[in-house]
Amino acid sequence: MILVIAEQQGGTLNRASLEVVAAAQQAGGSVKVAVLGAEVAAVAQALSAAEVAEVLQVQSPVLDTYTLDGFVAALAQIVEAEQPDVVFLPHTYQTRDCAPALAVRLNRALVTDCVGTKSQDGRLLFVRPMFQGRLYADVAPTGPALATFQIGAVRADSMKTGTAPAPIRVVMAGMAAGDIRQKPEAPFREAKQAVDLTQAERIVSVGRGIKGEEKIALAQQLAEAMGAELGASRPICDAGWLPMDRQIGSSGQTVAPKVYVALGISGAIQHMVGMKGSRTIVAINKDPEAPIFEIADYGVVGDLFEIVPEMIKELQG
Amino acid sequence: MKIAVCIKQVPARDWQPRVNDTRTWVRDQDASFELNEPDAYALEEGLRLKEKHGGEVVVCSAGPARVAQALREALARGADRAIHVEDDSLAAADAFGIAGALVPSMREEQFDLVLTGLQSDDQGFAQTGVVLAASLGCPSATIIMEVDVQLGAVRVKRELEGGWFQFVTVPLPAVLTIQSGINQLRYATLKGIMAAKKKEIRKVALPAGVTSRQQIVNLYVPEKRKQTQMIGGSAAEAARDLVRRLRDEARVL
Repeated sequence: MILVIAEQQGGTLNRASLEVVAAAQQAGGSVKVAVLGAEVAAVAQALSAAEVAEVLQVQSPVLDTYTLDGFVAALAQIVEAEQPDVVFLPHTYQTRDCAPALAVRLNRALVTDCVGTKSQDGRLLFVRPMFQGRLYADVAPTGPALATFQIGAVRADSMKTGTAPAPIRVVMAGMAAGDIRQKPEAPFREAKQAVDLTQAERIVSVGRGIKGEEKIALAQQLAEAMGAELGASRPICDAGWLPMDRQIGSSGQTVAPKVYVALGISGAIQHMVGMKGSRTIVAINKDPEAPIFEIADYGVVGDLFEIVPEMIKELQG
Repeated sequence: MKIAVCIKQVPARDWQPRVNDTRTWVRDQDASFELNEPDAYALEEGLRLKEKHGGEVVVCSAGPARVAQALREALARGADRAIHVEDDSLAAADAFGIAGALVPSMREEQFDLVLTGLQSDDQGFAQTGVVLAASLGCPSATIIMEVDVQLGAVRVKRELEGGWFQFVTVPLPAVLTIQSGINQLRYATLKGIMAAKKKEIRKVALPAGVTSRQQIVNLYVPEKRKQTQMIGGSAAEAARDLVRRLRDEARVL
């Protein structure tokens, strides 16, 4: 049996949870889904539409706000009671915070950032990127495992729904608030984002290949010539070459413009999750094996400092 | 304050990995190696905390003999001493292998604070810091963008998804995984490089019974999921062709 741990926030189901239910259905066998929180009846109800054996509505006042200790304690109770062969989780920041501690507690293997599964000689293998996505590995965990799935790796709309709602079982997780060592404060956003890239129709985005702060101007000129907004991968904002609100990727904005031009962006997965929904993707990179070409519609291997000025000329001509 | 920074040495970013004959690991004999970038930010944060609060910074790494070079670089940047759990098998170990290798010597040291990068650029598990914390019995917090040491505790700014953040306070000793970009990195000075030559790197043998919990069965170049039209020619030709296709085929300009 595969147990899927769904993620919710304030009663709203994280869409990545449905992707993981779909991944579990594709892996084969019986699937159960658990969702944790202080009061998650509505989320459990929504999940019961999926073709699964059972939905576990795991509740405790201590689970109102996410804490590592609270979630690990509750998840350990469920896994020990249900004894699933594998536990599937979405590879969210919350999972990244608690799943390794859960694996230690349960003495299980943990395979992270999977993009799919394969069945080979009667065992389930997990497919995961390595070396910044340049290689993929089929991984065999030792014994019963936990596995996390990369956001967007499986389509949520490929999830099968049941002919009748799945039964819901309420489980009261037992733990004391005093045992929780993390004291979280309310989530917040930094000063209001000046740029909303999510609404941009065209985006020109720069990565490490731009090499220097003074070269950003060239990308800016291309953006102006195309009527595009300027975006960037994380290292560019880390270096302070562009403000943080220009950052695209898992820690920044998720965009889906009509056209996305990636200049000198190799395509780390953290960046690609934020832009792979773009309708047309153009990659210009000197490295022919850069992972960004995997998802590009148009690719040019070459020196962006030679190609971009020619593009600007062409657009203005 | 006694601070540990766990670092990993990884193949350089621009190295193109090639699969070995058994398709279970890369041919890394010809690779050049560097300090894992997120770990460099963890080291910088450790050095800044020491400058503010006093104490020492000990860099710890588990890996083959080559790892000494990364430890030496960390010492040149300002770490006080190093612990190297040395074994060839650690090059391809998973987070349980690495954390298991580090735990006995780190427990003995009784660090107040342990920092490491949020993930490595080679296998990218994003697990080692948290596994280490759980194995040492300390609390952890991940993807940290700010560290404020208080009395017996640390208040940290956790990055959440989509531009959200959250402050969390955890008691010390604790393990934090540091996000890239938390600070501006310093580089080793000539004086630092000279001083590093005299600093101690303590070699520790791999503890008995430490194993990884996952094996790579098959390693390969991923199949392309999308039909990419590659545009060739000179820069001028490629630019002209690309703009034309964006106008006429994709109709996005």
